[in-house]
Amino acid sequence: MADSRTKTSDNSLGKQFAAVFKRDLLLSFRRKSDLANPLIFFLMVATLFPLGVSPEPNFLAEVAPGVVWVAALLATLLSLDGLFRSDFDDGTLEQVMLSPQPLMVVCLAKVAAHWVTTGLPLTLMSPLLGLMLFLPSDAMLGLMASLLIGTPTLSLIGAIGAGLTVGLKKGGVLISLLVLPLYIPVLIFGSGAVQAASIGLPVVGYLALLGAMLALGFVLAPFAISAAVRISVSG
Amino acid sequence: MAVSKWLPRWFFQLASPRWCYEITGKLLPGFLIAAVFLLGVGIVWALGFAPPDYQQGNSFRIMYLHVPSAILAQSCYMLMAIAGAIGLIWKMKVADMVAYCTAPIGASMAVIALATGAIWGKPTWGSWWVWDARLTSMLILLFLYFGVMALYAAMESEASAAKAAAVLSLVGLVNIPIIKYSVEWWNTLHQPATFTLTEKPAMPAEMWMPLLVMVIGFYCFFSVSLMLRLRNEILRRERRAGWVKDLIVPK
Repeated sequence: MADSRTKTSDNSLGKQFAAVFKRDLLLSFRRKSDLANPLIFFLMVATLFPLGVSPEPNFLAEVAPGVVWVAALLATLLSLDGLFRSDFDDGTLEQVMLSPQPLMVVCLAKVAAHWVTTGLPLTLMSPLLGLMLFLPSDAMLGLMASLLIGTPTLSLIGAIGAGLTVGLKKGGVLISLLVLPLYIPVLIFGSGAVQAASIGLPVVGYLALLGAMLALGFVLAPFAISAAVRISVSG
Repeated sequence: MAVSKWLPRWFFQLASPRWCYEITGKLLPGFLIAAVFLLGVGIVWALGFAPPDYQQGNSFRIMYLHVPSAILAQSCYMLMAIAGAIGLIWKMKVADMVAYCTAPIGASMAVIALATGAIWGKPTWGSWWVWDARLTSMLILLFLYFGVMALYAAMESEASAAKAAAVLSLVGLVNIPIIKYSVEWWNTLHQPATFTLTEKPAMPAEMWMPLLVMVIGFYCFFSVSLMLRLRNEILRRERRAGWVKDLIVPK
């Protein structure tokens, strides 16, 4: 009896996660411009650096790891404001809070969908930026691996800021102020991995640290995200 | 309530704004006298009587402002996050007010630490700013304070602003060690030893005694400043309560 009960609740948690994940993906694929904007922004920021600083290949290769990572970070930041916004505006979040399943699962599903629509495309697009900035081809794998492990952490931490500011009219700038200082460790180890890869050093240590941060964020951030959303919805 | 057995009575009394207002009124003069006395003695001792450093001469004396403010900036963050957590868990209004009042004090301490660090860096390292691990993590701490203060300013309802800021400062508290270590590792990776911070020799007692006095003095000054802000905040938020009206306009 007890077994079957836990089983059904497991199922419904998984089901709820899948349903929210699918719904969010569907919504973002129906608004393709929202999907493309962070990517175009990512490309533009990387274009500004050679124009603003120097088109010299050696110089660009040296700063490329940092530039790509900072651009990815800003692109993620740009997309965060929409994470809970429409669900907050039309009252979906309130209904979700009334449902018997924990809010955390819904938040986690939304974060996962956010990552699939921003972090993953950024990762896939990063070799193009690497090429534009003359990053050595050996470093491409390190770049993609570091972004693949690092961007989920960015989505998780960013969702805390998005949850805290969703009730405010002008949340955009405030999110950056709240979230950017928390992004610094990811930036350090992410760009560190690419730098190590570009001079032929092993990257496993950096990736392990990024993985550790992802594990920690995956365990702790959902609590903070759901608390933040709860405050914003009831406030 | 099982928890109530473990916590002392005064902890729950602190939840009453009125009781808190009265007790801080009694404590304030003592802390004020201690702060004035300790800071006075500490500054005269540090600037006039402590021996000059064998390498840095007299320029090291700014340490007596730099170190206490840096310690305070970190302690204030701890206090802010813990007060925020107490406010979230026990729904104490006073804890929310403490967190709210601590944020600007902590931010000013971080600014003082950064400014004195820059002034100290000029004669010692030859430049105002060095991307040293400690300077960088203090700068990030200042950014965290700015985030919390911006959140307080942006939210209209005091109750939800307090909760939101508490969540943010707790997230920051988890992040501070991660930031600290990542900045240190980044620093050792990026910076070959162009600036070797002169390994701190075990300071002689004539040097660290005034520092200790200054640190305790700074803590007393912080308590005075916090109590003054807190008392104001209590009066402002409780302005509709009967006891505040009686206090302001005596019958």
